[in-house]
Amino acid sequence: MDWGTLHTFIGGVNKHSTSIGKVWITVIFIFRVMILVVAAQEVWGDEQEDFVCNTLQPGCKNVCYDHFFPVSHIRLWALQLIFVSTPALLVAMHVAYYRHEAARKFRRGDKRNEFKDLEDIKKQRVRIEGSLWWTYTSSIFFRIIFEASFMYVFYFLYNGYHLPWVLKCGIDPCPNLVDCFISRPTEKTVFTIFMISASVICMLLNVAELCYLLLKVCFRRSKRAQTQRNHPNHALKESKQNEMNELISDSGQNAITGFPS
Amino acid sequence: MSWMFLRDLLTGVNKYSTGIGRIWLAVVFIFRLLVYMVAAEHVWKDEQKEFECNIKQPGCENVCFDHFFPISQVRLWALQLIMVSMPSLLVVLHVACCDSREKRHRKKLYVSLGVMDGGLWYTYLISLIVKTGFEIGFLVLFYKLYDGFSVPYLMKCDLKPCPNTVDCFISKPTEKTIFIFFLVITSCLCIVLNFIELSFLVLKCLIKCYLQKHSKTLKSSVCECHNLRYIECGGIGAPPLLQNCHSDSAISTLHTPEPPPSQGKTKLLCDSQEGWQGESASFLSKT
Repeated sequence: MDWGTLHTFIGGVNKHSTSIGKVWITVIFIFRVMILVVAAQEVWGDEQEDFVCNTLQPGCKNVCYDHFFPVSHIRLWALQLIFVSTPALLVAMHVAYYRHEAARKFRRGDKRNEFKDLEDIKKQRVRIEGSLWWTYTSSIFFRIIFEASFMYVFYFLYNGYHLPWVLKCGIDPCPNLVDCFISRPTEKTVFTIFMISASVICMLLNVAELCYLLLKVCFRRSKRAQTQRNHPNHALKESKQNEMNELISDSGQNAITGFPS
Repeated sequence: MSWMFLRDLLTGVNKYSTGIGRIWLAVVFIFRLLVYMVAAEHVWKDEQKEFECNIKQPGCENVCFDHFFPISQVRLWALQLIMVSMPSLLVVLHVACCDSREKRHRKKLYVSLGVMDGGLWYTYLISLIVKTGFEIGFLVLFYKLYDGFSVPYLMKCDLKPCPNTVDCFISKPTEKTIFIFFLVITSCLCIVLNFIELSFLVLKCLIKCYLQKHSKTLKSSVCECHNLRYIECGGIGAPPLLQNCHSDSAISTLHTPEPPPSQGKTKLLCDSQEGWQGESASFLSKT
């Protein structure tokens, strides 16, 4: 189980995303996951080994390291990436449920004119409308919340995004105020700023996608209202025809009930 | 052999799970397996090297580490993941066994993929109960072994060969505590999902049984009007089919290949308790 598996899970959602959503997935996997795996993990690899305190007192280094780094940067980024990618699974689940229902209706004989066969249902790209629109919008909203929360946690835990080269530590069992030196502080600062910037870009993409979806819905509604105003009889006829069709299909089903299939 | 093997095995279970079962699988894959592999494993990587006791006596650190951590938390976590995933394989085995029977009898014993009835229902239920048992068992074990779910920064040790009570310092205690709490929360979430799925399955079955009985009473009262005796048998999870009652004789057969029934008697074949094997007969006869 690794990042590749997450990519497989999330990649499946790609088909049903908007263009901005596709850009977001690309940014996540290339500028964040890949950078984390190939670069950041190497930089932080020896973080505790090379964390040195100016004392021979056993235990002082451990305690000081634990105080200044309650959670390592790379672990926090890994958790952030997992939490930020997970809302996309809501969309995947909703699409899977929609397809399951469509397949069930197809087997019953309801949607034969819409789909040729079951394979057609699986291949069809589901449009972001109706309840899927709500699921998709909620997933984007949760993504934004998670991104912002993790950025705040980072800021709160490390007093900013800059790593100093020396820290003063006076916690028991350290005998006095000792100097503790972090390994590679500049390189770590560079990567921290890079990851934070990528986070901000992802957040902006999410906000843009949210606005795009909201505007799309508003335009669609105003267009529908306009059509109804221009052709009120046509709209009324259509709705009556739909009602008739439903009645016919219902009565047809009742006639079939009780006969073995 | 690695975690990918477990992942591939579990992916096969997805086909035969309920909706809640699929959510459970997603939680296990993403919030437990993935977090374990990309984050938690690295936190415990240097746990013994960085375990330091305030003493130069050789062997004291080793003995104290072994006393406080008889089994590493991260290894217990891995064991828990494996044991909790295993019961789902019972379902896969059951279906594989079914498939081989289908091939031998050369007929479809199963209604369709993903439909759970008869024996598969019981297998699925047992796997849920065993899964939940393992989850709770491991949580209790964790709690008992480490005196709670938090990792202290300092432990006092006075085992031989340590000459007196020495202070021993654990590396990264806060980070370890955070990940252990993460593990406990996801475990509890999985337990809740299992309970919901269990209740859902049992309730669904009870409702089906009630509807069966209700339709049976209705049927018998209608058939008695027409002086017809009606006996029906349908197992748990086996939906009976409604039939048209006719004064002379009635109803059509469901599953072939029985010969046409004799006059005054018809055979109705419905799914048995086994679900895919054989059919039980129900007779409608004129009194």
